[in-house]
Amino acid sequence: MAEKTEQAGRVPMPEQAPEIRKRNFDEVPTGYTVKMAQEEAARCIQCKKPGCVTGCPVGVDIPGFIHLITEGDLTGAIRHIWTRNALPAVCGRVCPQEAQCEGNCVMAKKGKPIAIGNLERFCADYEREHGTGALPPKAASTGKRVAVVGSGPSGLTVAGDLILKGHDVTVMEAFHKPGGVLVYGIPEFRLPKAIVAQEVNFLERLGVNVQCDTVVGRTVSLDELFEQGYDAIYLGVGAGLPRFMNIPGENLIGILSANEYLTRANLMKAYKFPEVDTPIPHGKNVVVLGAGNVAMDSARTAMRLGADTVRIVYRRSREEMPARKAEIHHAEEEGIEFFLLTNPVEYLGDASGRLTGMRCLKMELGEPDDSGRRRPIPIKGSEFEMETDLVIVAVGSGANPLLTQSTSDLALNKRGYIVTEPETGKTSKRGVWAGGDIVTGAATVILAMGAGRASANSMHSYLTLGW
Amino acid sequence: MFKILRRQEMAQGTVVLNEIEAPLIANKAKPGQFVILKANETGERIPLTMADSDPKKGTITVIYMVVGKSTALFRDLKEGEGYQDVIGPLGRPTHIEKVGNVLCVGGGTGVAVLHPITRALKEAGNHVTCVIGARNKDLLILEDEMRAASTILHVCTDDGSYGHHGFVTQVVEDVLKKETIQQAVAIGPVPMMKAVCNITKAFNVPTLVSLNPIMIDGTGMCGGCRVTVGEKTKFACVDGPEFDGHQVNFDELMLRLKAYCEEEKHCYEDYCQLTD
Repeated sequence: MAEKTEQAGRVPMPEQAPEIRKRNFDEVPTGYTVKMAQEEAARCIQCKKPGCVTGCPVGVDIPGFIHLITEGDLTGAIRHIWTRNALPAVCGRVCPQEAQCEGNCVMAKKGKPIAIGNLERFCADYEREHGTGALPPKAASTGKRVAVVGSGPSGLTVAGDLILKGHDVTVMEAFHKPGGVLVYGIPEFRLPKAIVAQEVNFLERLGVNVQCDTVVGRTVSLDELFEQGYDAIYLGVGAGLPRFMNIPGENLIGILSANEYLTRANLMKAYKFPEVDTPIPHGKNVVVLGAGNVAMDSARTAMRLGADTVRIVYRRSREEMPARKAEIHHAEEEGIEFFLLTNPVEYLGDASGRLTGMRCLKMELGEPDDSGRRRPIPIKGSEFEMETDLVIVAVGSGANPLLTQSTSDLALNKRGYIVTEPETGKTSKRGVWAGGDIVTGAATVILAMGAGRASANSMHSYLTLGW
Repeated sequence: MFKILRRQEMAQGTVVLNEIEAPLIANKAKPGQFVILKANETGERIPLTMADSDPKKGTITVIYMVVGKSTALFRDLKEGEGYQDVIGPLGRPTHIEKVGNVLCVGGGTGVAVLHPITRALKEAGNHVTCVIGARNKDLLILEDEMRAASTILHVCTDDGSYGHHGFVTQVVEDVLKKETIQQAVAIGPVPMMKAVCNITKAFNVPTLVSLNPIMIDGTGMCGGCRVTVGEKTKFACVDGPEFDGHQVNFDELMLRLKAYCEEEKHCYEDYCQLTD
């Protein structure tokens, strides 16, 4: 059985029962009440040298905002978070807290870290539902113009930081809605889109100009942006190139990248088809390849779309699964099955080109590979067939070349990611910074935000002092 | 909103032209590139290869056949109204150079996409022979425009109601027998492109085709538009939409285009009932 997400002593956040939620798209955890939040906040011992803050990529003063909750100053608590983090409603929901703030909490040693993510979420939700709406103070205008390319977590962080420092900020998004992976990737039941829209709206109220339907690299080039009078550019375009397995039968109908499947479900709201016009395949026996957060999101989406069975097929063992513990736990509760140490070798289809099954091999773990994880090795003669009519490939992504290839003077590494100065996010092109997945490869929302913060600081000093 | 400045019905209302205000896209658009259009909040993202663009007026033109709910929604937009979203220009432009004798073949609304490419090829100094076709005379589009854009124009109809009686492939074969052609371009329904490529292959004439598979983002992110070209998987949105027609697996493309045929049928029928 999976370990419990909520250790003893923590105030658990109420959530929809698995049997009910596995067939709806409403958010799973329903949120703390004020009383619950204050009870949980009271457990914080207010360390002099708080490990939690060190564990936070954007350095939120965690004991500080928790103290304000215990004092009943919820308006103050959210404003205190905002000074370090423009997207608390998002981070409270999707950060891997167990590896960051909560993992470093002194109470974690006793197995009961403070539920920092839950409290952060509570503050943001309380402000949205009952708050004053008062904006944080903004520095006087500097007259400098900044273009932020991509409206995902790193771009929004840069926008939030630089607008408060008095710069004029325009965010350019290729899709028709802002939010990047928060909108197309993470499902409604984990991060309601109304919350993302509200976080974006918060930035717009601060004065950020959000321009959708703009594919930088195609609609407009970086050099043209400089010609138009932008003083600095931040590239936070995400990874955005789906990886496939490169095995026979991959182009049968019924094999989708997780990017496509989740974009249909989340951005296009295809789960409401025919109320909306974009369809999505409804598999009976769904297989998801991979075991990261994207794989869990895909599997749980397939279950909500009415699948009979949903199986995660992963070539390594449970220990190596990269997903957040809470996601694995939620997936198992909802009836997702795990076929570990299993790898597909071929897709099988019928005469109309539709997927009917998958041939797999059993694997065992050998010596550690480059990633430090034990290398999966096929077991001879272990081949077997699995019936499936929908496979979602969630085995990671690569660097999308659309923008980088159209910008000749931008240095890339051999995998196609943008090379930056690690501390500042500066690229090889003057006046251009980059951060998030297009620099690191696919990572987490909060790491992208951390990169955005570092770049924003560097951009601010450039805009006020020079390169 | 992206406003429709001009709307024109063609082929007895089955095909519609929209000239759309989109200055940023018009400024960059080249023959062979496409845009993604979305009619309204709940609409699908539909890729359409542009039929024209005018950087001075700041407009782009698309011409589409009404085949389902999404294109019916497009049809029902009036002049002065507009698309909620237009994104582009996407895909690689057609490679235009002077090669000598070029053969351009268009079928159905493919003629609309072929038109700016034909014009550019002729402007580059090529001798351009064009073959365009439709099921019957009423469904033929852009005949005058194509005549102006090409050096020689042949017209065919499947039923013989106008021009040559028969498929474009018959005329293509005749042309290839009589003339030395360095390059061909074929744009139209997938079976037509496949048939034309079979013939040009026999004559060893390199042939470009423009593909329009199912896609969502148009920027290489979803992989829904993958096509097999020369045994390799390509993304039509960023690697195409034009490919070497002799390498394209057309049969796979035809199957993949039917991925959502059931859903599309229901959706369209519901919409027709609602608007009747």
